[in-house]
Amino acid sequence: MKPSPLLRVAGLYKNFGGVQAIQDLSFDLAQGELLGLIGPNGSGKTTAVNLITGFVKPTEGEIIYRGQNISGLPPYKIIRRGIARTFQMVKPFYQLPAYKNMIIPLYSPRVKKMVGGKYGDRDAVALDLLEEVGFERDAFVAYKSASVLPQGYLKRLELAKAIALQPDLIILDELFSGLSLAEVASIVPIIEKLRLEGKTIIMIEHRLKELFRIADRIIVLNFGEKIAEGLSNEVMESDAVKKAYLGAEA
Amino acid sequence: MRNADLNSGGSKQRRKERIDRGIKARSSDVFALSSWREMLYLAAPRFIPIVGCLMLPLVLGIYWQKVLLSVAVFALLAISWDILEQSGMISLGQALFFGMGAYAAGVFNHYFGWSPLLTIPFASLLGGMICTVILLPVLRLRGIYFSMVTLIIPLMLVRIVEATKIFGGTEGLSGITPLPSKWLELYLIVGALLGALFGFRRMMGSDYGLVLKGINDNDRSVMNAGINIYWFKAQALFVASSIGAFTGAFMTHVYMFVGMPVFALDYSILPIAAAVVGGPGTMAGATLGAFILVPLSEILRGIGGLRIVIYGLFLVVFIVALPEGIFHYIQRKYHQFERWVEV
Repeated sequence: MKPSPLLRVAGLYKNFGGVQAIQDLSFDLAQGELLGLIGPNGSGKTTAVNLITGFVKPTEGEIIYRGQNISGLPPYKIIRRGIARTFQMVKPFYQLPAYKNMIIPLYSPRVKKMVGGKYGDRDAVALDLLEEVGFERDAFVAYKSASVLPQGYLKRLELAKAIALQPDLIILDELFSGLSLAEVASIVPIIEKLRLEGKTIIMIEHRLKELFRIADRIIVLNFGEKIAEGLSNEVMESDAVKKAYLGAEA
Repeated sequence: MRNADLNSGGSKQRRKERIDRGIKARSSDVFALSSWREMLYLAAPRFIPIVGCLMLPLVLGIYWQKVLLSVAVFALLAISWDILEQSGMISLGQALFFGMGAYAAGVFNHYFGWSPLLTIPFASLLGGMICTVILLPVLRLRGIYFSMVTLIIPLMLVRIVEATKIFGGTEGLSGITPLPSKWLELYLIVGALLGALFGFRRMMGSDYGLVLKGINDNDRSVMNAGINIYWFKAQALFVASSIGAFTGAFMTHVYMFVGMPVFALDYSILPIAAAVVGGPGTMAGATLGAFILVPLSEILRGIGGLRIVIYGLFLVVFIVALPEGIFHYIQRKYHQFERWVEV
């Protein structure tokens, strides 16, 4: 018997005006799984994430997280239940040093609940978390203002902000885009470590090679519809996927 | 210069170093002090305004004491504006807060005979609460849309008072009890100003303040931390409007009158001018701005009709010459002070 899924998306629809951004999207996600969500530009990947995290309200359909329907809840309530996400366009607080950026997620009621009301010194926790994602402590990178950090560090900061919330489900929206091969190679172990800790992860990626290496399962979207689902080599064999990507991946 | 030093031989070499270099430990809020002089360097910018403000009522004449009241009131309104600005709400309606507090104090004194020492704290909280409730529905609006609503509400309230003739209508309520003594009046407002300035600076520097600033910077990102930004915005709004309501309640007892002028545009615009000239985002800048603009407007009173023109010119010159604000400029220069150190 299969255990009940951590997240179940059932018959999800979203239209923006006349545009069908998501059509009849359904999938289950088991605890500890790493799901890759791929598809050509404009296929609705980010919209799917926005729907799950409540930044966009679904037109129709259900999102069941831990047996409870969370569709239509405001983002802060969904995130408090243990779903954290990163943004494709990084959203740091540019005025602040990197480690002060971490204070805001550490101030979250979610963290308060997880650590049992005792925050401790948020600055110290922030520096520890940043070191985990590769802010070298000896080089004092964490003290630099977010406005002067290169893209690679901003992506790490975005990841650290999500990890700080101690979530059960982490949704990474194109974490690798805009990063060099070396940078990607240095972030992959962080994601693998999260998996070892038992986190469930959804990754939206265009960097298919790197994604296929770590993903358990892939879902391919095109024009808001799921056109394939399965192991990475299986989905790329599918005719529908080949057709969708033809031209897009010249 | 360096060569000359090297060639001088024998004598110890010296170079210039920024004073705060040895004091600041990388971050702006951790200090490592090693002498009384360094302590003084840090304490002076806090010490001087406190002593200065406490001394002013003693050295000023009666006329300038009245100006000081007005300075402190506008400084508090500017601080109130600054708190909202730092939390991502650009308000054009400080008059709403001022007027609410003024009417609340006036009504409770006039109809119920409460003493000023009771009406002022009560009106601050009640006024703050009413303003927060009025603005709750528009907290979702951002930028100029929020500003427009705050601008319009006080103007609407004036017409409502006029049309319904409540609370004395166009005549207002007069014969309000004054505060027991002139000195209490002066030190109440100066104490409130200092308390608000240092207290709310500390608040905005804390982790709580950081969340408010985060909302200004990127509200979606704060929402993404599982934080209900509308709850935090409502709290900031309550704090800011309570400060405004306090000044209104205070002035009602100083003027011994409350009427439609309490919703005047001056109470909305002048605090913004003070905060912008002084430098927004610090509250100290807002206070400094009020200490420059209000007396300036008094000095120019003798000029007559051209007063507004010259006043406006001053504003333009300040803003063009020091767009960052006077306080930020002074702060930067202060951190650049150098001393000679032996190498």
